[in-house]
Amino acid sequence: MLSAPLVVGASFAYLLLLFAVASLGDRRAAQGRSLIDNAWVYALSMAVYCTAWTYFGSVGRAATSGIWFLPIYLGPTLAMVLAWMVVRKMLRIAKSYRITSIADFIGSRYGKSPTLASLVTLITVVGIVPYIALQLKAVSVGYAVMTGPAGQPLAQQGHWWNDSTLYFAVALAAFTVVFGTRRLDASERHEGMVAAIAFESVVKLLAFLAVGLFVTYGLFDGLTDIYTRVQAVPELAQLFGNQAPFAYGQWFSLTLLAMLSVILLPRQFQIMVVENVNENHLRRAAWVFPAYLLLINLFVLPVALGGLLLFGSGTMDPEAFVLSLPLAHGQPALALLAFLGGLSAATGMVIVETIAVSSMVCNDLVMPLLLRSRRFGLQARGDLTRVLLVIRRTAIFLVMLLGYLYFHLAGEAYALVSIGLISFAAVAQFAPALFGGMYWRGGTRDGAMAGLLLGFGLWIYTLMLPSIAKSGWLSTDFLLAGPWGIGWLKPEQLLGLSGMDNLTHSLFWSLSANLAAYVAVSLWRGPTTAETSQALLFVEVFRRSKTVEPVFWRGRTRVQDLVALTTRFMGAQRAQRLFLDYAQRTGVQRIDQIKPDPQLVRHIEVQLAGAIGSASARVMVASVADEDALVLDDVLQILDEATQLRAHSIELEEKSASLERATTELRAANAQLKSLDRLKDDFMSSVTHELRTPLTSIRALAELMADDPQMPDGQRQQFMRIIVTETERLSRLVNQVLDLAKIESGHAQWHNTDVDLTELLKNAVKTTAEMFHERGTEVRLVLPAQPVVLRADPDRLTQVVLNLLSNAAKFVPAEHGRVDVDLTPLADRVRVTITDNGPGVPQSEQTLIFEKFHQGQGGGYRPQGTGLGLPISRQIVEHFGGRIWVDAQTRSGASFVFELPWHTMESGNPAGTGENPTPGHPVPT
Amino acid sequence: MTRGQVAQKLLALFCAAAMVLNYPLLSLWTPGSIVFGLPLLPVALFAIWALLIAAMAWLLERSGD
Repeated sequence: MLSAPLVVGASFAYLLLLFAVASLGDRRAAQGRSLIDNAWVYALSMAVYCTAWTYFGSVGRAATSGIWFLPIYLGPTLAMVLAWMVVRKMLRIAKSYRITSIADFIGSRYGKSPTLASLVTLITVVGIVPYIALQLKAVSVGYAVMTGPAGQPLAQQGHWWNDSTLYFAVALAAFTVVFGTRRLDASERHEGMVAAIAFESVVKLLAFLAVGLFVTYGLFDGLTDIYTRVQAVPELAQLFGNQAPFAYGQWFSLTLLAMLSVILLPRQFQIMVVENVNENHLRRAAWVFPAYLLLINLFVLPVALGGLLLFGSGTMDPEAFVLSLPLAHGQPALALLAFLGGLSAATGMVIVETIAVSSMVCNDLVMPLLLRSRRFGLQARGDLTRVLLVIRRTAIFLVMLLGYLYFHLAGEAYALVSIGLISFAAVAQFAPALFGGMYWRGGTRDGAMAGLLLGFGLWIYTLMLPSIAKSGWLSTDFLLAGPWGIGWLKPEQLLGLSGMDNLTHSLFWSLSANLAAYVAVSLWRGPTTAETSQALLFVEVFRRSKTVEPVFWRGRTRVQDLVALTTRFMGAQRAQRLFLDYAQRTGVQRIDQIKPDPQLVRHIEVQLAGAIGSASARVMVASVADEDALVLDDVLQILDEATQLRAHSIELEEKSASLERATTELRAANAQLKSLDRLKDDFMSSVTHELRTPLTSIRALAELMADDPQMPDGQRQQFMRIIVTETERLSRLVNQVLDLAKIESGHAQWHNTDVDLTELLKNAVKTTAEMFHERGTEVRLVLPAQPVVLRADPDRLTQVVLNLLSNAAKFVPAEHGRVDVDLTPLADRVRVTITDNGPGVPQSEQTLIFEKFHQGQGGGYRPQGTGLGLPISRQIVEHFGGRIWVDAQTRSGASFVFELPWHTMESGNPAGTGENPTPGHPVPT
Repeated sequence: MTRGQVAQKLLALFCAAAMVLNYPLLSLWTPGSIVFGLPLLPVALFAIWALLIAAMAWLLERSGD
């Protein structure tokens, strides 16, 4: 055990640390350098889902029923699979219409109904009180474990003014007030709070993992060790046996419940929807958050089983194993860390939950009533911002006190886990109205009302009352025998439906009745105009373009009236800024020049909704404007105009998109033209250079001969011979240039026949035999036995082979030179390889040598040649659909390879002219 | 992947996961057999859970614009 001052001191220090993080977050937000504009922070903040229940309740549940803590976390994972569609729609709706709470969402969707919003708020407050009580209970149990001697039962509470939990509750409420209600933010965003929540999520996870690792590897030898020991104890082994049939129904209902709660709990909605900074963060958070859940649950079973093994069942409260195990095994620091983790979890939940609930209470419960009173209401003129803040702060304290009251009255009898599930079942009642409203235009206010009332009523009857009765505050007669003895009205076995645990039973009745009533009543009456317009805005939120939005409002108003209204609820400074921004956007200089059209009214109403809720905003705006009641025809007409405008703007967008495309294409074509132009210039300069060289020699020699008639005959003969050689070279060059030009431009003549490659190669080698013999080079020819027949131009192919052979001849060494010519038929093509044992082609040049006028730079000498042989060869080979390249794998010497497909193709004309070529038969290897 | 395709794949993943984690497929893991020295049900559930998260991560990260 640890001393009380130490635990209190550490807790206080930790809470101060949280507060520091929150302040930092708020300060950075004010500077515009948001701390939380980050998908990871968003995902971590969602982990506020894990409360003290995760710390204590899960372990307790695992200790009594094995794997049954898991559905509470599997459900959210399943929900997050759909989050990218569903939650994103909620985000879009919330951002578009300034929705700041679930009550606002539902109220706004069904025609901005204040009654509906109030009902949702009421349900939330009643439903969430047990959950808050749970957190208080967890902290007080934890504190008792930390500071009391081990094994001692919880000390009696005594009088309420002695109860430390009460002071803790009050302190926490004060803390929350400072956290979240220092000023009124029209968008209800609290960046500091989110930063603190993300921080405490990390602390939670690390602390739990630390304890888990300690138990699994410090107190035992790993998971298998724990399990083997569990098998030895029969009453523990049955946690994993299957003596009783597996309750699939309960499994399903728990999963479903958790799935709904991860979105519908006020704190989850607040964090996921209201506090969201950027829609795209959802993409990453949708899987990071489930990963967090998996990590934090990894060691729940080991800790639970470890505790049962070491303490035996029945002596220590399993819900406190995370604390009692380290404490009992000499790790007080670890226990303190775990306590702080649990405290972290509890405070995080309480802060976010009470802030969310207080804003709901203020906007959707109290404000509508206030506005009806004379002092604060429509006729009054005073500044209401202070009043709003006071209302919220009071709400926070009230909710906390209610939580404490519940804890005091009913917290003892029930394990933590059950309390939490009761709250889940309450918020689950919002599902038909909320999700139905997002996807079904036919959902009406009356339907939502009917569904909520029925569902909530059944929840009270089948879950809430029994829980109070089981804690001893009501007689349990009505539980056992039904109210007034009517058997089929038994709260936990309605209409005789038995065989389910009470949670599944309650969920079944409440959700079914809720959904049925919602659908039935909506279909019966049909939506009103206000509901239709809101339904369209919600269900089709993804299709609304930013520029053209239908505004369902007709009437007259004055700008000054709107300014005054806004000043009342948002303060003079913010109101001025709002109107100045709008003036700028619509292109006018002064506020009084703004046109008071429906767009302005809608804009102002939406901004106000952020401060006081959509329902109250609607009421206030209606009070300063002279409105025309909209009938269905008006709505349709407005829609029509909007659709036309939208069609126009879509057309415009398409036109500008195609314009952009055309511009890009033009630009690309221009760039290509420029590069081709450059290529042409390069070619011209290379060709003229190549032509000039031999011409210069010829001229020089001719001049020499002309100037010196006395030149000796021998020398004259020699000069003549050189001139002849150079002219030959010149004409070769000119021929090749013409050849290349013809091939490239597609004007070359191709005389395609059936060509036997074996014959062709033999002829080529024979033609060059003399040349090779002169150099003492050995030429080896490897051919398959059968003919290899393709359809091609034999002269052109011979040209290619001769070119490769003569290149080989140029580079082959003077002694022991060797050239290998191989013909290899493959499955879909024929390969010819010509290898020499010369210096080879350096890797850097292997593609360059096929460029015009490039000659090998390696080797040190520049052999005679035009530099056009290989480019022409490449053009010829590619014309027939083949490839030519230097084999990079050859280690010594150069290996030129070209391949031709069996069905040779003339570029542009598939299969050439005339009949299909007969493919040669590949030789089996 | 277009937005619509991601949505469809996620929906399919959801249905598959919901089926695997509930009756009847859940009954595959409920008998008390032992695998790697540990009870089947927790191991199977955690493994399926991890696979589901991995599948989500793959789908969502790849669809980034």
